[in-house]
Amino acid sequence: MKIYLKILSFFTPVIALAISFGLTTFILIMIDRDPVETFTLMFDYGTTGKSIISILNRSIPLYISAVAVAVGFKMGMFNIGVEGQYILGALIAAQVGAVLILPRPLHVLTIFIVAAVVSGIWAGISGYLKVKKGVHEVISTIMLNYIGAGIVAYLLANVFFEKDENNSLKVPQTNYLSESGQLPPLNNILGIEDLPNLNSFIIGAVFVGIFYYWLVWKTSLGFDLRATGLNPVAAKFSGADPNKLIVLAMLISGGIAGLVGMSNLVGYFHRYTIDFPTGLGFAGITVALLGRNHPVGMALGALLISFLERSSQILDLNNIPKEIERIMQGIVILVVVVSYEVVRRYILTQEVKLASRMVDKDE
Amino acid sequence: MTRMKSKWLILFLVLGLVMVACGGSDTAEEVVEVAEEPAEELESPATTAAPTTTAGPTASIGMVYDIGGRGDLSFNDMAYAGLERAINELGVDGVDLEPSEGGENRAELLGLLAEQGKDLIIGVGFLFADSITEVATANEGVNFGIVDSVVEPGNVAGMVFTEHEGSFLVGVAAGLKTTTKQVGFIGGVEFALIQKFEAGFVAGVAAACPECTVDVKYATVPPDFSGFNLPDKGKEIALAQYEAGADIIYHAAGGTGAGLFEAAKEVSESTGSKVWAIGVDADQYQTVSDELKPYILTSMLKRVDNAVYLTIKAIVDGTFAGGVSVFDLSVDGVGYSTSGGYVDDIVDQLEDYKARIVSGEIVVPDTP
Repeated sequence: MKIYLKILSFFTPVIALAISFGLTTFILIMIDRDPVETFTLMFDYGTTGKSIISILNRSIPLYISAVAVAVGFKMGMFNIGVEGQYILGALIAAQVGAVLILPRPLHVLTIFIVAAVVSGIWAGISGYLKVKKGVHEVISTIMLNYIGAGIVAYLLANVFFEKDENNSLKVPQTNYLSESGQLPPLNNILGIEDLPNLNSFIIGAVFVGIFYYWLVWKTSLGFDLRATGLNPVAAKFSGADPNKLIVLAMLISGGIAGLVGMSNLVGYFHRYTIDFPTGLGFAGITVALLGRNHPVGMALGALLISFLERSSQILDLNNIPKEIERIMQGIVILVVVVSYEVVRRYILTQEVKLASRMVDKDE
Repeated sequence: MTRMKSKWLILFLVLGLVMVACGGSDTAEEVVEVAEEPAEELESPATTAAPTTTAGPTASIGMVYDIGGRGDLSFNDMAYAGLERAINELGVDGVDLEPSEGGENRAELLGLLAEQGKDLIIGVGFLFADSITEVATANEGVNFGIVDSVVEPGNVAGMVFTEHEGSFLVGVAAGLKTTTKQVGFIGGVEFALIQKFEAGFVAGVAAACPECTVDVKYATVPPDFSGFNLPDKGKEIALAQYEAGADIIYHAAGGTGAGLFEAAKEVSESTGSKVWAIGVDADQYQTVSDELKPYILTSMLKRVDNAVYLTIKAIVDGTFAGGVSVFDLSVDGVGYSTSGGYVDDIVDQLEDYKARIVSGEIVVPDTP
């Protein structure tokens, strides 16, 4: 590949972001708001110490969710069910964690494993249905999202929730994890003072990223996954068993999805409550697209989305509709995805030309 | 090849832009529209003139809304009406924020307002219980208020209402007015707070019409609290209840109730026999569009606006105290509306029941 093509490929996201900025500026002018003021406000607020910690904390579940989706993408499977998988896993893990009393590392680890197993099984159902019944995974994972949400609602309100006679207004929630099931924030270790808590599960997110890289690029299973994603027929003839791979990919994807809720469970809420964030499964799809399924790319994508969400909170206080952030997100995703594709095709045609020229020369 | 692609790209972007532009202007109009209506209802001065004091605001107030946000014509708009009245009459300055769709950033928004040096920060809705506890504990020098809940920290004023009493009265109205001897109840989310509405309503219907039945349905169950903002689902449930024979339906479902009003109009027009809806929180006869007004029998008033106003006033007067304030029938914290004149013929009976509840002769149940 020629050097300029490599540079072009590398800078695609930067170019895409610049285009997105331009379009957002255009929209801000159209709604009669000062774009410079808007961006300055967002940047100043988004880079305060508090904001940076908030952005990091937000990015943790987003990133893990993106990795879960990316595992599926790598073998050409679209796991839209991360949403249902992680809330179900988090709820069951919260309940198990609240009931159990174990020494700390074991307690926390048990919670993680329960969440990963529950979510993995939930995703595995889709894999099984695809292999045995030919049900497309998009359909089954969407349906399982609804069923999962229903089960969560039922279990939370009727099984795991202890009503309080003295406070009839108490809303459904599980009991708190005992001290041993909670992860203390990283602030003490890093010596961060006077700032909000930095969630320790950020280390977990880094491990998930490394695991993903190792699994997909460094193992033979990963090779089979990628090969199947690129060319199912060729992969099959080279000895990969597609049925086994489909189920495995869903199990792994779901298992990772189970960890999406963990930063909030063990590091923040310490129980499953009505405040427990939802929607992270869908946001993960966005981040996976933004980061091109690349372990580092997705981390940047998660940080970008978190930055936009956090920094836009200041806008309403300054009479700029905060909805501009949704628009920005939409534009960024659209432009980034489209530019990747445009650049990919451009490089492909250039390479073909290059190759044919070399062939010509040889003759 | 590439050129064709870029053509598509441009087309795509332009389309996106157009959609975005349309969407943006829509929401802007909507907000302006609803902002004015609750103000009228409160009979506050029509002019939103600047406060009379020239020496700057008397206090600085921040408010964060519940699911559905401004424009639900109900709960959140009532809270806004209270803030607006305080801005006009007390000369405070106020900002209001809406949490993200899932509401995960409630605590962050409360914290942001605390950082901005607000004198009082109000969380509109019981969903703020956990986040306000967290933020109030971290900001002991700031005063907070929460609607519909009571929390531990001493710097938080809890504003709670006896919704079951107000619901009892509109239940009586429904019991007296129904001709099919069947009425409906649509709750937003099935949990204790909304079950108070249900319990009061069912008891009220039974008191006025022992042989009547009440068809009770909820839009969602926890932890899914979207049931307060699902007009389409509200309409679906209402249509089913009307079809099953109900001729009056009471909703306690915030923005979801908009679907009920639509359904009442649709059923009345298609069957030729009039069916009714009963509003909640605000006097919804005043907040809905004109063509829906004839179908709103009455509304269960929950004066969130008064509660918010009085809490802000306490800050201005320097009498703010944490703890619980109960807004019940005796202080008109709850009640019923008579706009439209559809319950004029039974007002005497309603007032009689009201007096008996206030005196303690009737004790309205608060759980179904």
